[in-house]
Amino acid sequence: MENMMSETDVSKGIKLSPEMSKIIRKQRLQDFIFHKVTLTFASLVLVVLAGIIISLIITSWPTFAKYGPGFFFRNEWDVVNSEFGGLDSIYGTLVTAFIALLIAVPVSFGISVFLTEMCPSWLKRPLGTAVELLAAVPSIIYGMFGLFVFAPVFGEYVQPFLTSTLGQLPVIGILFKGAPNGIGLLTAALILAFMIIPFITSVMRDVFEIVPPVLKEAAYGIGCTTWEVVTRVVLPYTRTGVVGGIMLGLGRALGETMAVTFVIGNAHRISPSLFSPGSSIASTLANEFGEAEPGLHYSSLFALGLTLFIITLFVLALAKWMLINMEKNQGSKN
Amino acid sequence: MFKKITNSLLIGSLLAVSSSIFAADITGAGASFPAPVYSKWAEEYKKETKNNVNYASIGSSGGIKQIREKTVDFGATDAPLKGDDLEKNGMIQFPAIIGGVVPVVNLAGFKPGQLRLDGETVALIFAGDISNWNDAKLAALNPGVKLPDQAITVVTRSDGSGTTAVFTDYLSKASKMWAEKVGSGATVKWPAVSTVGGKGNEGVSANVTRVKGSIGYVEYAYAKINNMTSLQLKNLDGKFVSASLDTFKAAAAGANWAGTPGMGISMTQQPGANSWPIAAASFILMYKDPANKEKSTEAIKFFTWAFKAGDPIAAALDYVPLPDPVVDYIAKNVWSQIK
Repeated sequence: MENMMSETDVSKGIKLSPEMSKIIRKQRLQDFIFHKVTLTFASLVLVVLAGIIISLIITSWPTFAKYGPGFFFRNEWDVVNSEFGGLDSIYGTLVTAFIALLIAVPVSFGISVFLTEMCPSWLKRPLGTAVELLAAVPSIIYGMFGLFVFAPVFGEYVQPFLTSTLGQLPVIGILFKGAPNGIGLLTAALILAFMIIPFITSVMRDVFEIVPPVLKEAAYGIGCTTWEVVTRVVLPYTRTGVVGGIMLGLGRALGETMAVTFVIGNAHRISPSLFSPGSSIASTLANEFGEAEPGLHYSSLFALGLTLFIITLFVLALAKWMLINMEKNQGSKN
Repeated sequence: MFKKITNSLLIGSLLAVSSSIFAADITGAGASFPAPVYSKWAEEYKKETKNNVNYASIGSSGGIKQIREKTVDFGATDAPLKGDDLEKNGMIQFPAIIGGVVPVVNLAGFKPGQLRLDGETVALIFAGDISNWNDAKLAALNPGVKLPDQAITVVTRSDGSGTTAVFTDYLSKASKMWAEKVGSGATVKWPAVSTVGGKGNEGVSANVTRVKGSIGYVEYAYAKINNMTSLQLKNLDGKFVSASLDTFKAAAAGANWAGTPGMGISMTQQPGANSWPIAAASFILMYKDPANKEKSTEAIKFFTWAFKAGDPIAAALDYVPLPDPVVDYIAKNVWSQIK
């Protein structure tokens, strides 16, 4: 071994002393071990992921054996008579996450543009820290805030106002009618928006900050407004990061459990009004796992868990596909 | 050789000592409804005897699962196991504490106990068939009381719970319609369109306190602490009673404990002029032939102490201690089955 090594070293025309080749050997060994150790850590992620998928599929099997893919489209959740379907939970999850994004994305965009482009420097740091602090608040706090502080005000003042204004419009009016209880799908969506705004904002701010100043200065130099700089220079440059931040927020909104459980109203029902109580996949799991007897109820809860997994996977895939498409179209645009 | 023997003797005696230390460290898990009183008992018991009782409040089905897997020394459940189920698993079951579930309303101007309902109307309200407080059926039960023209919002427990099991058991007994349409269990499909689910007793009481014209059900202690407007209910004997420790006691006195295998009676709709119709006992599960005999004996010692000295603690937390004859019956007929 030693001979071979010194031979190859010699062939390169470098003469190594025995001490040197010893050191090199040692370093190669270190590299080898380091490589294997990090590889093991990395493969742990795959093992855990595969383990979760396999155990979800095994435990949810009785449900899929009974209903097949129809489970996703059955609007029925009756524990006493052992009839299960995931439609109302899936509906609640998607609707709340969608509305939350609808609110959170523009707001986060505004905050991060202000922070990076227009904010006076004395305000930049405290505002940035405040955003990061908000992102660190545990979700149960948002839930308590939602139920005890936000919901009463929302039900007393905001919901009647929405009914008398938006509720009078054709088509979308039906979304804002119903008993103003203060809790329901819309409240859950708003609380989710509160929760994901700091996430999306902090990612957006970070990526906006890495835009080379020279690009922005050049744009300002030819007389661009701030809006033009943001939409024509900053956004195209940071597209990947912005989409990533939004997806991070969406991921959190889809899977958020405690805060949603507090304010969504927890009724297994699909109704057209956003004021009416509903349930999301995560809230159903949080509510019913504790007292679920082994059997169809138990496996249906796992089936819901698997559904959430699939939805998240689908969202990630969609984001990736969007990014790839953007890259492709980049050249053709100009 | 000699050294080896002394070594093993030393290790053996160390093990013996340590096991006698750990023997007094018993664990139980299960129902959350009696958890406050079990924890308080454990705290006082430790002060007196230095023995540790750890109770994990993980829900009734969790308690049954844990005792089946023999990871705990006793399991606790609100819904009693059936006689043959106990027999099959070689377990004993006995009640440890009694409490009650109380319907509460949010109606402006009403005092606790002012509104009177019977089982049939409560079932109709929770089924959504009565949806306004000025309904003629409610007025008939409350002559001379002016009921408001207000929509009813039904508030239920969204998480699976023993409280729901007890309440729906009562509704099923009191109303044939409910028994056929909904049934009873820790989680049921609530039929009323206005249903809002709250997580835990605190979630229900928060929603009832907030939503005007709402009706919900909580454990007695919650209704009392939060000063909620409770109802008078018509019991099996046709008398209207308020929820109180006395009316829970009356329900317990009327119950036929010895006649049911595993003492697993449902305490809803018990006879007696003064009986509250939605009382409930919480049960303890143990093995007849336990894997760890010392710990099992320690657990029995704990409950013996609790039944003898724990009554004031239970009453202070708004639970009803077991009547003395029931305690005697448990000691003579149930604990004696443990080997």
